[in-house]
Amino acid sequence: MKITRVLALGLMLTVSGTAFAQTAPVITPPAPQDGGLEVTVSDDSAWNDLGIAITTFATDQDVPTRTNAGTTGQLGRALAQVVAGDLKNNGLFKPSGPDGLPQPAYGQIQAPDYTPWAARSADMLVQGFVRAGGDGNLTIGCYLYDVQLKQQLVKGGWQVPPSDWRRAAHKCADMVYSRLSGESPFFDSKIAYIAETGPKDHRMKRLAIMDSDGANHRFLTSGQSMALTPRYSPDYSKIMYLSYLNGQPSIYAYDLATDRQTLIARTGAPTLAPRWSPDGKWVLYSMAKGGTTDIYRISSAGGGTPQRLTNGPGINIGGSYSPDGSQIVFESDRSGSQQVYVMNSDGSNQRRISFFGGRAATPEWSPRGDQIAFTHIAGNLRVAVMNPNGGGMRHLTDSWQDEAPTWSPNGRIVQFFRTTKSTGLASIWQVDLTGRNERKLPTPVGASDPAWGPIRP
Amino acid sequence: MPSSLSSMRITRVGATALVVAGALAISACGKKAPAQLPPDPGPATSTDTGQSSGGYGMAQPGSQADFVAKMMGADTIYFALDESTVDAQDQASLAKQAQWLQQYPNKRATIEGHCDERGTREYNIALGERRANAAKNYLASLGIDPSRITTVSYGKERPIALGSDEASWAQNRRAVTVTID
Repeated sequence: MKITRVLALGLMLTVSGTAFAQTAPVITPPAPQDGGLEVTVSDDSAWNDLGIAITTFATDQDVPTRTNAGTTGQLGRALAQVVAGDLKNNGLFKPSGPDGLPQPAYGQIQAPDYTPWAARSADMLVQGFVRAGGDGNLTIGCYLYDVQLKQQLVKGGWQVPPSDWRRAAHKCADMVYSRLSGESPFFDSKIAYIAETGPKDHRMKRLAIMDSDGANHRFLTSGQSMALTPRYSPDYSKIMYLSYLNGQPSIYAYDLATDRQTLIARTGAPTLAPRWSPDGKWVLYSMAKGGTTDIYRISSAGGGTPQRLTNGPGINIGGSYSPDGSQIVFESDRSGSQQVYVMNSDGSNQRRISFFGGRAATPEWSPRGDQIAFTHIAGNLRVAVMNPNGGGMRHLTDSWQDEAPTWSPNGRIVQFFRTTKSTGLASIWQVDLTGRNERKLPTPVGASDPAWGPIRP
Repeated sequence: MPSSLSSMRITRVGATALVVAGALAISACGKKAPAQLPPDPGPATSTDTGQSSGGYGMAQPGSQADFVAKMMGADTIYFALDESTVDAQDQASLAKQAQWLQQYPNKRATIEGHCDERGTREYNIALGERRANAAKNYLASLGIDPSRITTVSYGKERPIALGSDEASWAQNRRAVTVTID
């Protein structure tokens, strides 16, 4: 599974490319402001109104490919659909196409005819091409043009094996999104979750994975043993999750290359709530013993003595690292009810940060570092965010039971799972940091415990 | 110190007295009893685990079927919201369990801890473990060797009452003792 960034994109096309030399950005993206969440939020409305036309990617030769999309011509349409779907489903911009739009010819990809697009009130134009190589690999190019300024804003090219064609489309969508919003990319990423089937009292819970748009779905476990709370390793090589495989809830590391799994620690006591450090070197787990639960840290490489980070009383559980790895936010009921605490990554300086009433659970530190998402329990369960000092609490959702938030790789979107009253049916939803654009993710069966991995290299 | 010894003895006696009172207390105590009690296991002719190899449909003495039949609901104890405290009613049930376990000293048991659905998943697994552990500790205080008892928590993943209402949640906040045949 390799995706190669094509640097010398100009060489891939035979047309004379006057546009290739364009590098100077014409539009200044919204300047990222440190700690200025409010600023960023107010910027949304501005770029959310941008009309973007996304056209079918052209091909020099309509030939069969080893993709599930068909020929290069059909693949060109599918690529544009994935790009448009990424932008549309997340409430970003006002994308249109590829259906209902004129199809540019191969020769026009780098030299667009701007006039008809201005008449269609498109502010931005995305064009691309796909070419089949002799080795079966695909070369996919993506171009973003400003229709009014009649200028190319950014371009990208990728060489991918046929099985990875969707990744090239996600990379294209990421490039467009980043260039226009000034935010970090997030489409080319994956989600691990728990697939749920069956009645409420005998529900089967299986480990499953999918791309950020729900494609390439795969079940990893059979459902014979209940699986819960997965977490992707930062390099996507493993998933840690809770399984009842040996009767007791225990954390296993599932190796995605070999489809083998190993116990992360032989403790003789139940282990739960697995977490990775941002650099992948450390693993946090919680262990229940004698009625109390505490958080431990162990090397992800295996070996070494687990280091105990909390020391009661009550239930201390979970743990999410700050992006620089120096601090851990976790949950504890030492005060009598579930609340959110922060400690240094060696366990020192533990202090409570949630003081707004109700219970506060499942804290997750944003990859940007400026927010902590959590479950607020006050009657209903709702997803909320707060600053790392506990201030600025805001609810993002308002439903009967929403829990277990996970961040998009760029910290702009939160996914969580929603349980329906009475039926107990679970589904994965997402909402952006402004509390808008809430939507249900398409999953083949019931779904819970989403864990969003980082942007893929 | 004589005083603490005697107070301990009083506690023991108290527990024994509760055994007698237990069956009566179950239906009488309304503090946190589920609105609907779990299905009555019925007379001793219960065959629900297929272990009734004894004559005349009787559960084989010392089997899990026998335990369920003899407990008449006392194989399960219930907890208040977010609590893992063993209260007087739970103590009566556990004393009944202890009596059976003392009668069959070679039997082992697993205590399953559960929670209602109105909490977060991971915390509920830890809370279920705390509840099962509280039951185990109480049995140990009645003289049951703790090495005979294991615990497992299912958090909120295995509800027995399927509604989303207070009565169902009260039934699901429980610790169930299952003897191992």
